[in-house]
Amino acid sequence: MNVLFLLLIAIVLLGFSGVPGCLLSARSAAGQRVATALMAAGSLLGLACVAGILCAGSAPSLSLAWGFQQSRFAVAVDPLSAWFLIPVFIVPMLGSVYGLGYWKQAEHPANGRRLGLFFGLLAAAMALVVIARDGVLFLIAWEVMALAAYFAATAEDDKAEVRRAGWIYLIATHIGTLFLLALFALWRHATGSFALEAGHSFPAEAATTLFVLALIGFGFKAGLMPLHVWLPGAHANAPSHVSAVMSGVMLKMGVYGIVRMTALLPVGAVWWGPVLLAVGAATSVAGIAFAIGQRDLKRLLAYSSIENIGIIAMGLGLALLGREQHHAEWVLLGLGGALLHVWNHSLFKSLLFFNAGAVIHAAQTRDIDQMGGLAKRLPRVMALFVVGAAAICALPPLNGFASEWLLYVGLFRTLGLGGEAGAPAVALAAVALAMTGALAVACFVKVLGAVFLGTPRSEAGGHAHEPEAVMLMPMAALACGCVVIGLFPLGVMPLVAAAFQTWASHPAPLSVAASVPLKSLSVAGLALVGLAAALFLSLKLILRTKRVRQGVTWDCGYARPTGRMQYTGSSLGNSLVELTSFLLWPKHFRTALRGHFPRPSAFKSLVPDTVLDRLVMPLFRTTGRYLPKLRVLQQGQTHVYVLYILIVMIVLLVWGGMGS
Amino acid sequence: MTNLLNTILVIVLMLNLFALGTSRIVSVIRTVAAQGALLSLLPLLLHEHLTLAAALTVVPTFALKGIIIPGMMIHALRDVKIKREVEPLIGLQPSVILGALATVFALLFADQLPLTDAHSGALIVPTAIATVLAGFILLTTRFKALTQVVGYLVLENGIFIFGMLLVEAMPLVVEMGVLLDLFVGIFVICIIVNQINQAFASMDTRRLVSLKE
Repeated sequence: MNVLFLLLIAIVLLGFSGVPGCLLSARSAAGQRVATALMAAGSLLGLACVAGILCAGSAPSLSLAWGFQQSRFAVAVDPLSAWFLIPVFIVPMLGSVYGLGYWKQAEHPANGRRLGLFFGLLAAAMALVVIARDGVLFLIAWEVMALAAYFAATAEDDKAEVRRAGWIYLIATHIGTLFLLALFALWRHATGSFALEAGHSFPAEAATTLFVLALIGFGFKAGLMPLHVWLPGAHANAPSHVSAVMSGVMLKMGVYGIVRMTALLPVGAVWWGPVLLAVGAATSVAGIAFAIGQRDLKRLLAYSSIENIGIIAMGLGLALLGREQHHAEWVLLGLGGALLHVWNHSLFKSLLFFNAGAVIHAAQTRDIDQMGGLAKRLPRVMALFVVGAAAICALPPLNGFASEWLLYVGLFRTLGLGGEAGAPAVALAAVALAMTGALAVACFVKVLGAVFLGTPRSEAGGHAHEPEAVMLMPMAALACGCVVIGLFPLGVMPLVAAAFQTWASHPAPLSVAASVPLKSLSVAGLALVGLAAALFLSLKLILRTKRVRQGVTWDCGYARPTGRMQYTGSSLGNSLVELTSFLLWPKHFRTALRGHFPRPSAFKSLVPDTVLDRLVMPLFRTTGRYLPKLRVLQQGQTHVYVLYILIVMIVLLVWGGMGS
Repeated sequence: MTNLLNTILVIVLMLNLFALGTSRIVSVIRTVAAQGALLSLLPLLLHEHLTLAAALTVVPTFALKGIIIPGMMIHALRDVKIKREVEPLIGLQPSVILGALATVFALLFADQLPLTDAHSGALIVPTAIATVLAGFILLTTRFKALTQVVGYLVLENGIFIFGMLLVEAMPLVVEMGVLLDLFVGIFVICIIVNQINQAFASMDTRRLVSLKE
């Protein structure tokens, strides 16, 4: 009980962290520092509470009447909630610290205070979402989260592009909420109360409807294809630390919703797991394929988030399949992989977004093809980027490998059984996971090559300088997290076992370590780190005695090579874009070259979002073209309106008469 | 009792047609005032034994429908200095014919309705429907703001007749509330009429289209 009160105090601290700043002047740095201090205090208090709850192995809960009909202020922290609370308390805190350097109040007097206010509110709302145990409370927290994210992401609302992205986000999130409203209304109908507690039994149709509603409603937030339409634009146009929190934590709230709902629903239909597996497979492959086609660094990262959500969905699908067919090992590996990937993605994606912010700050553009040569100017940023990129590509010994390894092992365990329902989906998912990993490597090789290597392609890139320590420290902390989880995944397995027990409502019959050799992973990882360090040191030693001559890489015999002659990111990714063009439908604008001395010509290619730009927007546009015709009905003449009433009345009378 | 009741209702029906057929606005208002006054007596006739609630309804209804509201409207009419509905959407004869058709329709339609025995003999339901329809016809075919108000009044009279069926079931407070709404509504309209006249130099509600966004 006391722990829960402390936790609620922590959430209140987060929620009000931006308020003092609003009372100070628009250029005062003090308000921002106070906000960061409050965020840090709230987050550390929250983390302490979570640690206390996990150590005690208890699941405290609280339920108060609060004046809404049939709803109670019910909160509880079980291992699942605790699992999701940890990133909620870590990433926004680091983002707030990062914001001290990235979004200085003095440089952004117009929106700094507002950003601080909604940033804190976003963190608080997410924490409340995770611990809410009542449908109404959950929806309130969910809406506060969605709106706070909207106001934080549209901080630069003087730009038309930002407003457009914010508008699309707002529409998408509200369609999702609509499904959630239906979900909780149906839940109330089926169980008799809004309390989100396990142990109810449902008729099969009701359970299926609840599952589908949850999948769509939470899928909008998580960004499952094809519900991801809002995601790239919103992430690209938000301030980088807001993008980091949205991608690192807010998308996970959608995942949390699906995990929680499947935990509450008793064993469902056979097809749930395969559906989630197939959706996850499609989301991950399509997400990373779109990422490769992007020129905007933050859009690219946003698509990569979609890919990672797909991987998490595959893990959940495997867990559902295992629960349905009573294979505890599948559940353990699928759920464990998914949950671990939730943490991992929140670490390395936040790291990459912080990194992107620093790079964009330095190069003053988001266009990858305008950057280049930043390795020499931002060596620390590059080193941290390499850690994040290697982690997201699931390369050992970093954390991405640990979670994807669990998934791989889980998916392969299902093979060989054969003949069971869901086998095709599992086979598809295994292939998709492998393909995603390969494409992710290609994608981040492209980013690394185009952004950091080579020579600068623009004036601003040439004058870039290393960011301040307040921006580097949060990145370093996240990178440390990536390394530690990557090297010692065994350390978090007790938490996975606890989460398993909550989700499957019986204790795990075996431990993850029993089916996956995690210890040897640590040993191999340490050996790899040692080897890399030895190589690095010996290189340093060799270079110390040799004379180093600096020159141009591959000038190909040109007398005056320029930065523009380098391979761009787009050209690096082009072969893969062409390979997946059935999905991406890239657009090319080229003029034909004619004659022996052709005129100056231009070439442009871009990869629009297939769902948003080719399906949703044309649909909306067409609808928008036809709907104004209905304005004929709005004449402005009161007589005509009265006539409408008369017509409706007569129609109703006749209809009622025919009915009787 | 039923005979007297039906006599009143027939007069109400004829007043409907009369209201549809006159062009002088003062006459229309007086017609509707007479209709309202007649209707306010209905609660006394409708039930075998006189209840206190019914008796209490009569006095304010009579005062409002028969005296105060028409008085306000005639006063407003004098302020804006117009006398006739010059150009109704459809002519006066056609609206009378329409009104007659509506009455016929109402009589035929009421026969189809599954009414209780107590109500099936009297003309209450057909009169109510016919009056509502007459109100609608006034509302949709006349353009002067004041004649439209008259249309609303006729409409309300129709609803009032319906309400008679429920006078025992409906609390007195609801009936009085409806009356108060009506009074306030018309009070406001009478003030607005003057303002419309000043702003648009006309009482033609078609000019209000310019307020459309």
